[in-house]
Amino acid sequence: MAEMTYLQAISDGLRVEMRRDKRVFVIGEDVGVYGGAFKVTLGFQEEFGPWRVIDSPLSETAIVGGCTGAAIMGMRPVAEMQFADFISCAWDQLVTVAAKQRYRAGTPVPIVVRLPSGGGFSGGPFHSQNPESSFAHIAGLKVVCPATPEDAKGLLISAIEDPNPVLYFEHKHLYRRLKADVPEERYTVPFGKARVHREGDDVTVVTWGAMVHTAGDAAKELEADGVSVEILDLRTLIPWDKKAVLESAEKTSKVLVLHEDTRTGGFGGEIASTIAEEAFEHLDAPIVRIAAADSPVPFSPPLEKAFIPQVDDVVKGLKELAAY
Amino acid sequence: MAIAREAEPVSSLHEIREAGLDREDLLGMYRTMLITRGIEERGHILYKQGKIPGSFYTGRGNEASSVGVATAMGGDDVGTPLHRDMGVHVTRGVEPWRIFAQYMGRADGPTRGRDGNVHMADSKLGLLAMVSHLPAMLPVAVGCALAFRIREERRVSVGWFGEGASARGDCHEAMNLAGVRRLPIVFICDNNQWAYSTPTHLEYACETLADRAQAYGFEGVVVDGTDVLAVYREAKRAIEKAREGGGPTMIESLTLRMEGHAVHDDAFYVPKEMFEEWAKRDPIERFRSWLRENAALTDDEEDEVAASVKKLLADAINRAEESPLPDPSSLTEGVFATPEDLDTPHHK
Repeated sequence: MAEMTYLQAISDGLRVEMRRDKRVFVIGEDVGVYGGAFKVTLGFQEEFGPWRVIDSPLSETAIVGGCTGAAIMGMRPVAEMQFADFISCAWDQLVTVAAKQRYRAGTPVPIVVRLPSGGGFSGGPFHSQNPESSFAHIAGLKVVCPATPEDAKGLLISAIEDPNPVLYFEHKHLYRRLKADVPEERYTVPFGKARVHREGDDVTVVTWGAMVHTAGDAAKELEADGVSVEILDLRTLIPWDKKAVLESAEKTSKVLVLHEDTRTGGFGGEIASTIAEEAFEHLDAPIVRIAAADSPVPFSPPLEKAFIPQVDDVVKGLKELAAY
Repeated sequence: MAIAREAEPVSSLHEIREAGLDREDLLGMYRTMLITRGIEERGHILYKQGKIPGSFYTGRGNEASSVGVATAMGGDDVGTPLHRDMGVHVTRGVEPWRIFAQYMGRADGPTRGRDGNVHMADSKLGLLAMVSHLPAMLPVAVGCALAFRIREERRVSVGWFGEGASARGDCHEAMNLAGVRRLPIVFICDNNQWAYSTPTHLEYACETLADRAQAYGFEGVVVDGTDVLAVYREAKRAIEKAREGGGPTMIESLTLRMEGHAVHDDAFYVPKEMFEEWAKRDPIERFRSWLRENAALTDDEEDEVAASVKKLLADAINRAEESPLPDPSSLTEGVFATPEDLDTPHHK
C-alpha cells in the first residue's frame, strides 16, 4: 500500500499498464512535455518516449478517431481530453464510429478516453461539466466514474483491459482533495459492481463520482438525528449495478438519487424509474432526485454553489425522506 | 494556377510493367472492374425488385479509381473505402455473394444485417467499415497509420473521402495530424464533382483539392480517375513513398458520378452534356480499349471474362438469397465486444 491522491492513483494505474503492455499509448493535448494540464502524465514522456506519449495538435476529433484506428490495428490507446467538456468536439467519433463499430462491423474498439470532469472551482460553462448521462444513452459505450483513489487506479486498468470504448470520468475536484492507501501492485476493479461507501438502514443514497463524498458528509450530519444512511457508489454507469441498487432499496425502502450532472435526462432518472418498476412494493416514500440545475454551469461562486448539489441540499433531502 | 502535380497517363505496356503490373495483372484488374460494375447493376435490379431494403448507392464511373488504388495497396496495408469504392472490396477479395447478402440484410453479409448497402468491410482483408458521416473515417485511417508508426511497421493506411466531405473539420484534423507526424497514409479524394446535388464551386474555392496538400506539408496529385493505370501508378508511388517514411500524399481522383446520389435521385441537376462528355470516358470502356491497343486483348479473352463474371454474379445472387435473414432474438448481440473478440490478426 502507498498513500496516493486520486490524481496520483490515476497516474499510477496508467503507468502500471504502460509498463506491462507495449500496446498502451497516451495521446492528447499537452500530455507529453508538459505532462498534461493536470499533470496526470508528468514524467511519462521521459519514461515511455514521444511515440507512446503523444502531444497532439488541438484536434479532439483526430485524437479520438486516431485512437479508434489505432485500436482496430491492435493498440490500446488512452486519449486525454484536456477537459471533459471538449469531448463535444469528438462526439461524432465516439458515437458514430467507435460505439457502433463492434455491433455493425464486428470490429472491437478498445479505447479509453480520460475525461477530467466536474465543477466546484469556478471553471465556468466550458471547464466544469459532467456529461456522463449523454454518453450513457449511447449503446456501445461504457461509462466509468471513480470516486476514490483505489477505484481510480483499478477502474482505469479495467478500462484499458476492456475491449470496448470506455469513457473514464475523473472528477477534477477529487484530484488533490482525496488521499488514501492504494495497492502498489496491479489490480482491477470490475465494471458493474457498486461499492457500499457507507452502510445504513433507513435511507439509501445512490450516487457516483464526487457526489459520493457530498453524500458522505450529509450522512454524518444525519447521524445526530439518528438516521442511518446507506451510500451506494455505482462506480460505473454503463454497466450499472441494478442488483445492488434494488437490494438496497428493498432494505431501506427509501431512496435518494444524487448526481452532479444536470437533472433532466440525467442518469438518475434511469435509476429512479428502474426502482419504481422493479421495487415499487418495497418503497415507503417517493424516490427523491437531487441533481444540478437545468442550466449551463455558471462561473461566479454563489451561482456555481447554487448549481452543484451541496451537502446542505442532500441533508435536507435526506431529512424529508427520513420523515416521510 | 494549380499547385498540385497533374498525373500523366500510362502510354504503354512497358511503362505499366515498370510500375509493377504484368499482363495477367491487367486482365485481373479488368475483370475486377467488370465485377464491380456488375455487382452494382445487379444490385440495382434487386433493389427495384424489392429485395433490397433501405436505399441503394452505386459508384458508377468510379471503378477505375477504386480498383486502381486497391491494386496498389500491399497485402498488409489497410483502408477505409466509401460508398463509391465497391472496387476496393472486390479487389481485396470480398466475395460478391457476401456483398449481395449485405445489400439484402441477410445474416451472412459482412455486417450480419446490422448495417446496409456499402457500410461494410472485412477487417481480415484490411478494410474498415465506413459510416454515413463523411469523412469521419479519415481520422480513423490516420489512427491506423499512427499504430504502424508507433510499432515501426512497414504498413500503409489509405483513407478515402469525397470532395463534398472535404468541407468538414475532421478532414482538416486528420490531414493536419498526418502531416505533423509524417504518418504512413495516403488520402484519396474521390472527386466525382457532385456532393448529392451540390456542385464543386459551392463546395470549395481552391482550384483543386489536391492543392490543399501543400498546406499540410505533403504532396498533392490530381489524377484522371477514369484511367485505371494512371490511378494505379500514382497510388503505388504514394503508398511506397509512405512505406519508406516519406509521409502522406493526397491524390485527387477526378471523375463524374454517373448516377444520382442514390437510386432514388435522377440527378436532374447535372447538365446532360456533362453526362454525355464523361460517358465517352467510361473507365471500363477506356481500359478495354487500352488493353486491346497495348496488351493485345483478344475477342476470345473478352468473351471469356464477360461470361465468367456473369456466372460469378448469378451464382452469388443465388447464394445470397439462400442466406437466412437475421434472427430478431439476436437484436442486441454484439453491442459490446467480449475479450474473445480481440482474438483477431490485428490484435495479436
